[in-house]
Amino acid sequence: MSKIQVTTSVNGEEVEFLCEAQQTLLDVLRETLGRTGTKEGCATGDCGACSVLVDDRLICACLMLAVEAGGHEITTIEGIATDEGLHPIQQKFLEHAALQCGICTPGLIVATKSLLDRHPNPDETTIRYWLAGNLCRCTGYDKIVRAVQDVARDLAHPA
Amino acid sequence: MGAFGYVAPTSVDDVVSVLGQFAARGERAQVLAGGTDLLVQLRGLDRAARTIVDIKKVAETSRLAIGANEVFIGAAIPSAALNEHDELVALLPGLLEAADLIGSTQIQGRATLGGNLCNASPAGDTIPAMIATGAVCVIAGAKGQRELPVEQFVVGVGKNALQPGEFLVGLKIPRPAGRTADAYLRFIPRTEMDIAVAGCGVSVSLDKSGRCTAARVAIGAVAPTALLVPAAAEALVGSTLDDDALAAAGAACSAAASPITDKRGTVEYRRKVVGVLCRRAAAIARDRALARQA
Repeated sequence: MSKIQVTTSVNGEEVEFLCEAQQTLLDVLRETLGRTGTKEGCATGDCGACSVLVDDRLICACLMLAVEAGGHEITTIEGIATDEGLHPIQQKFLEHAALQCGICTPGLIVATKSLLDRHPNPDETTIRYWLAGNLCRCTGYDKIVRAVQDVARDLAHPA
Repeated sequence: MGAFGYVAPTSVDDVVSVLGQFAARGERAQVLAGGTDLLVQLRGLDRAARTIVDIKKVAETSRLAIGANEVFIGAAIPSAALNEHDELVALLPGLLEAADLIGSTQIQGRATLGGNLCNASPAGDTIPAMIATGAVCVIAGAKGQRELPVEQFVVGVGKNALQPGEFLVGLKIPRPAGRTADAYLRFIPRTEMDIAVAGCGVSVSLDKSGRCTAARVAIGAVAPTALLVPAAAEALVGSTLDDDALAAAGAACSAAASPITDKRGTVEYRRKVVGVLCRRAAAIARDRALARQA
């Protein structure tokens, strides 16, 4: 079976890989590129565990073919923190204990980044609708929403 | 079983040529836009190898143009991008709220109007909303382009009117003129992330006095395909969209429905709810139209 060569950008770094036509971006991120921070939950676009940004738009990596990534800029959970430390969203998730088992957390962090990039000062309804595609079976969501509200306040009014 | 393939032609003619070659060889090719239905199918009931023809590199499928008389929406524009277009949202709020009801933020980052239409689900939310606006499909094939009203495009559950070698390039929608406005409502048992139990799209045009001069009403999830309901429109035209006219339009929708009973609702329930949705959507469209300049 002939493989397709794809050149893309993952977290600001040029990346080349070979894939089969039917492989998803999620398959290639995890299995070919070893970026296992992006999780597989349902693999059918229902749970949001595989949330990534493509050209700054939030998508499920399980619902995009890897070959479609050519020429686009992919941001995964591995691209959220910097060398200096955790991103404020990650820090607030820790402080608010907005996670338990952690499987949904990378997707929620990426989705929150996308939310705050577009709506720096979201109300609770906006937060809950924006994150409605990210399922969490541990927290009951309340701590997640509080963490997002807290980080939004901090980013709007830096100390 | 052959291998999967992927091609991404860059022009309408090249897509038609590729689809024609596969059709002539009797090999399977499937058009990819946002992929939110296609990739789920690949994981589920229909895993057979095929060549995927990605149409997103064709400029025309990503073109959005708001003209003096007509709006063109390319088949492959994600609904999130459409809902970020303030002028489009202001012109066609009903169609855009239908797009905004489908799936999560992540789904809307990929899902397209063209895909929702071609997938031809009885419960596709944008289909009745498109029919209400008078949208027409622009279809490309070996013999050139043809146009087909959306209400004629879906021919059965999961079946559309595309012939082998054809694909949907985009939608042409008459630009709402004067006091014309649309609305879409659906019912689901929760606040979001579900499939319509019933849906109704309405577009109305009013004269200076507020009397309805033209209307289109379409219902979804209550028949094998979304349906245009001319009797509901007739009940609205000539009225001031008062309660009696809205009730008559709702009754016409209930009468036109031929729903099934499933876990989401019974025949009787869907029939009743689609009439209620019609009344409410028509009232929203009326209020939007009244707010526009005559």
